[in-house]
Amino acid sequence: MKAKIHVTLKQGILDPQGKAIEHALESLGFAKTGHVRVGKYIELDLAEEDKAKAALEVKSMCEKLLANTIIEDYRYDLQG
Amino acid sequence: MNIGVLVFPGSNCDHDCEHVFKDVLGQDVTMVWHKEHSLSGLDAVVVPGGFSYGDYLRTGAIARFSPVMNALQSFSAAGGLVLGICNGFQILLEAGLLPGVMLRNASLHFICKDVCIKVESAATPFTGGCRSGQVLRIPIAHADGNYYTDPVTLASIQANAQVVFRYCTPDGRVTPDANPNGSLDNIAGIRNAQGNVLGMMPHPERCAESILGNEDGRLILASMVEGIRKTKPAHV
Repeated sequence: MKAKIHVTLKQGILDPQGKAIEHALESLGFAKTGHVRVGKYIELDLAEEDKAKAALEVKSMCEKLLANTIIEDYRYDLQG
Repeated sequence: MNIGVLVFPGSNCDHDCEHVFKDVLGQDVTMVWHKEHSLSGLDAVVVPGGFSYGDYLRTGAIARFSPVMNALQSFSAAGGLVLGICNGFQILLEAGLLPGVMLRNASLHFICKDVCIKVESAATPFTGGCRSGQVLRIPIAHADGNYYTDPVTLASIQANAQVVFRYCTPDGRVTPDANPNGSLDNIAGIRNAQGNVLGMMPHPERCAESILGNEDGRLILASMVEGIRKTKPAHV
């Protein structure tokens, strides 16, 4: 089974990278771009075949390591 | 006094810390590889700066799961003095030994320069040789030093006098202009509620001897040696 995980900054947390990209897009002429936020995408294979158990495992990975839940949210999709 | 300096893959201020504690302050130093499971026999532990695990995922996020970190949790729970500098501070935050997290610097730049910090409290084992309100000039060198925590935690660390250092002007005013990285409340260093764990972004080990033209950092590291003497059980 494959897990596809997105880690993003929580709303309200300053995202200087997003701001810099927003300004760069503006200077390229994409004037109507707003609220650019940068996150992380993580993909991994799981040996677990039971979807419910796999979901628990991925949740635990996110809580323990993949996201810092003080500033980040995470979501994931399981496939296969 | 035997001071342990943790070494992770990517630590690069470990030998600077070793040099200052050993050659400048005359203490024994033990370098502790991150795969070790024990910190027994040590009087204090320094988590040095650098780029542990290449800062992959988040600064300090992977180092915090190194085997030695379990021993560090026990060491700090038993009241042992722990100093985290720069990446060491980031590791202590990820490990939950200190509250909060580091965001990317507000300017997005890696900043490497001398800054002024104000000693908010001289009543800690790390600042006993300083005066409260004293301004120290110490270099920073980081990309992720923008201290952040939720409003409730921030209020609690302020109320408990856990903010030990704040970025300030050379004459000691804590202003937005003196804040190099966007940290909440100009925070440059905090301690835990028990007071035995300190994390700071500036590098005292880089300015601890006269040949370098600045000895302000020595005040902090020498205070720590003195702090160990005071906290150490008399029979040891």
